Amino acid sequence: MNDRRAIADRLRTEAPVPRTSSEHPLGQLTLVRIREFIREPEALFWALFFPVLLSAGLGVAFRNRPSEVLKIATSTPPLADALRNERLLDVQQLSGSDAERALQTGQIALLAEATPDGTVVYRYDETNPEGRAARMLADDAVQRAGGRADPVRAADRLMREPGSRYIDFLIPGLVGMGIMGNSVWLLGFAITDARRRKLMKRIVATPMPRPYYLLSFLLFRMMLLVVEVGVPVSFGVLVFGVPLRGSLLILSGLCVLGSLAFSALGLLVASRARTIEAVSGLANLVMVPMWIVSGVFFSAQRFPDAVQPVIKALPLTALIDALRANMLQGAGVAQIARESGTLGVWLVVCFALALKVFRWR
Amino acid sequence: MHAPPVAALRVRNLRKSYKDVTAVDGLDLEVRTSECFGLLGPNGAGKTTTIEICEGLTQPDSGEVEVLGLRWSSDAGRLRQRLGIQLQDTQLSEKLTVLETVRLFRSFFHQGPDASTVIGQVQLDEKQHARVGALSGGQKQRLALACALVGDPDLLFLDEPTTGLDPQARRQLWDLIDQFKLAGKSIILTTHYMDEAQRLCERVAIIDHGRVIALGTPRELIASIGVRHLVEFTGHAAGELDVSTVQRIDGVRDVHSENGTVRLQVTELHRAVPALLEELGRQGVALTELRTHSATLEDVFVALTGRHLRDE
Ligand SMILES: Nc1ncnc2c1ncn2[C@@H]1O[C@H](COP(=O)(O)OP(=O)(O)O)[C@@H](O)[C@H]1O
Ligand SMILES: [Mg+2]
Repeated sequence: MNDRRAIADRLRTEAPVPRTSSEHPLGQLTLVRIREFIREPEALFWALFFPVLLSAGLGVAFRNRPSEVLKIATSTPPLADALRNERLLDVQQLSGSDAERALQTGQIALLAEATPDGTVVYRYDETNPEGRAARMLADDAVQRAGGRADPVRAADRLMREPGSRYIDFLIPGLVGMGIMGNSVWLLGFAITDARRRKLMKRIVATPMPRPYYLLSFLLFRMMLLVVEVGVPVSFGVLVFGVPLRGSLLILSGLCVLGSLAFSALGLLVASRARTIEAVSGLANLVMVPMWIVSGVFFSAQRFPDAVQPVIKALPLTALIDALRANMLQGAGVAQIARESGTLGVWLVVCFALALKVFRWR
Repeated sequence: MHAPPVAALRVRNLRKSYKDVTAVDGLDLEVRTSECFGLLGPNGAGKTTTIEICEGLTQPDSGEVEVLGLRWSSDAGRLRQRLGIQLQDTQLSEKLTVLETVRLFRSFFHQGPDASTVIGQVQLDEKQHARVGALSGGQKQRLALACALVGDPDLLFLDEPTTGLDPQARRQLWDLIDQFKLAGKSIILTTHYMDEAQRLCERVAIIDHGRVIALGTPRELIASIGVRHLVEFTGHAAGELDVSTVQRIDGVRDVHSENGTVRLQVTELHRAVPALLEELGRQGVALTELRTHSATLEDVFVALTGRHLRDE
């Protein structure tokens, strides 16, 4: 009984503790966001390492191979000598049947044969660019060896320009896609999960100012942004030499704006959903079309002109176009004003709509 | 020093309907300062709806609610600082630890004990660095209680605090609630366990179909049905028993026969039981089971509604 009294007295007289910044509700809520995220290994993987793996994979698959050497074959020794004068051809001398098989299995792009009447016959697949290129190179070499003099002198100046390769195109696309996916999933899942667990209702039952709850997500997004943009961009720059021609300040501003716009979209997606299934369905409905049409992996220009205005109005198109303009062309604020405006409109409209329909329980 | 006594909670003519259900149907309540008040009723009686209206989480269709002398429409901010709330089935975030969870809730309140003190009070010290997902049901309920206590509330709302817990965990939670009663806090708790209401509450309102059908101390309520004891028996041929002869036994008030089980309400056990046994012997009923118990709040509910609190 005595210690019960003691506990009771302690309860009554407990002095208020002075507040440090980590005792501030916004600080605590943001800490919760961080903890929940880093304690979910799958989330870490998808948000941070997946873009790196993807850009590494695609970067290697679609790399522009340095001065491509074409493989061809011939069964005639003198012809082989003539062809070997061309550095861009890798000439094999094969017997008739081996050469035949090599051609059919695609190991060589072209088979050159001399007929008894002195004609050189080129066998290749004319729908294959390698075959056509090999035909031109081989014929040039054969004609020169036969004594052809070129009437016009020509010289080559070789260019291998960073900024025009596939990897240069891809990295900004992946960054934009990552910002969209991470923003929408983070807000969509966390908010719906809290609602489903009645945790949101419980928190709303405390004196916590409600804007703090939403603000904690945005603060956490800003922290995550540093990593989720920083990692794939550094990877592209360091490993593939992707250029960063625009101002880094503008690049950061763009990422923040994009992140806010997509967070607002995520908030809207999660504003009423009560189940994870509902929010996943809605999030996919919103995001999948943009993955396809907004030019992540290939240029959005490939779609018909009629739909271009719609595609350009999408937030992911705006973000990726602006990122590419900044990174690859060094565009300044003026050149990305339209895209920034599009993102701004999405931000304001989604946020206003989300707050209007948001279900706090 | 002697401020006029303010009721901890005053509710008048409260109504709330959902599409086709009337959850709360003209309910009145008055909870005094420093009392533990129970809302006892079966599932679906409207307890949660009532308590969540009082907590400012649900908007009533009509009626008045005054909490600690304040109203939600004008004093929501101040009220929130002074209430401790535990909701029915809240699942706290499983990836946070006990300490992190309590610190989060602590940060929402201007004043109150610090997180580790509250964790000590609910006897979770050893678990303070454990993830919430790894706690047992009873530990989770104690954590929920800690989150309700962390703002040093003047009024504590507990919605079914022990539902789903094993007997030992329930008793542990009851002991904790006892301590907070000693601290002079007002408590409102809902339950569908009559033993819980009887054990913890100074006064109980029995709720059914969104209305208060009885109000008083557990003792008063039990006395009100005029029955002190209940006798229940089963036996071979008990179904064919001539109920009217049993009815005439001295001290027997009411007889119910159902599926071979007979229930009697009895005022004086020492006279009724021997007479009953004699009568059963005369009618040739061989007893297989005979039970007696003192009347409980459950019996009050049965007497008022003809139903049980927990209809399986
Ligand atoms: N959000 C809701 N929508 C529709 N019906 C509800 C809702 N909440 C409660 N009800 C209904 O109102 C009645 C009272 O529910 P509740 O207050 O939860 O009862 P209790 O807590 O006593 O079990 C039940 O019939 C329940 O189905
Ligand atoms: Mg309930």
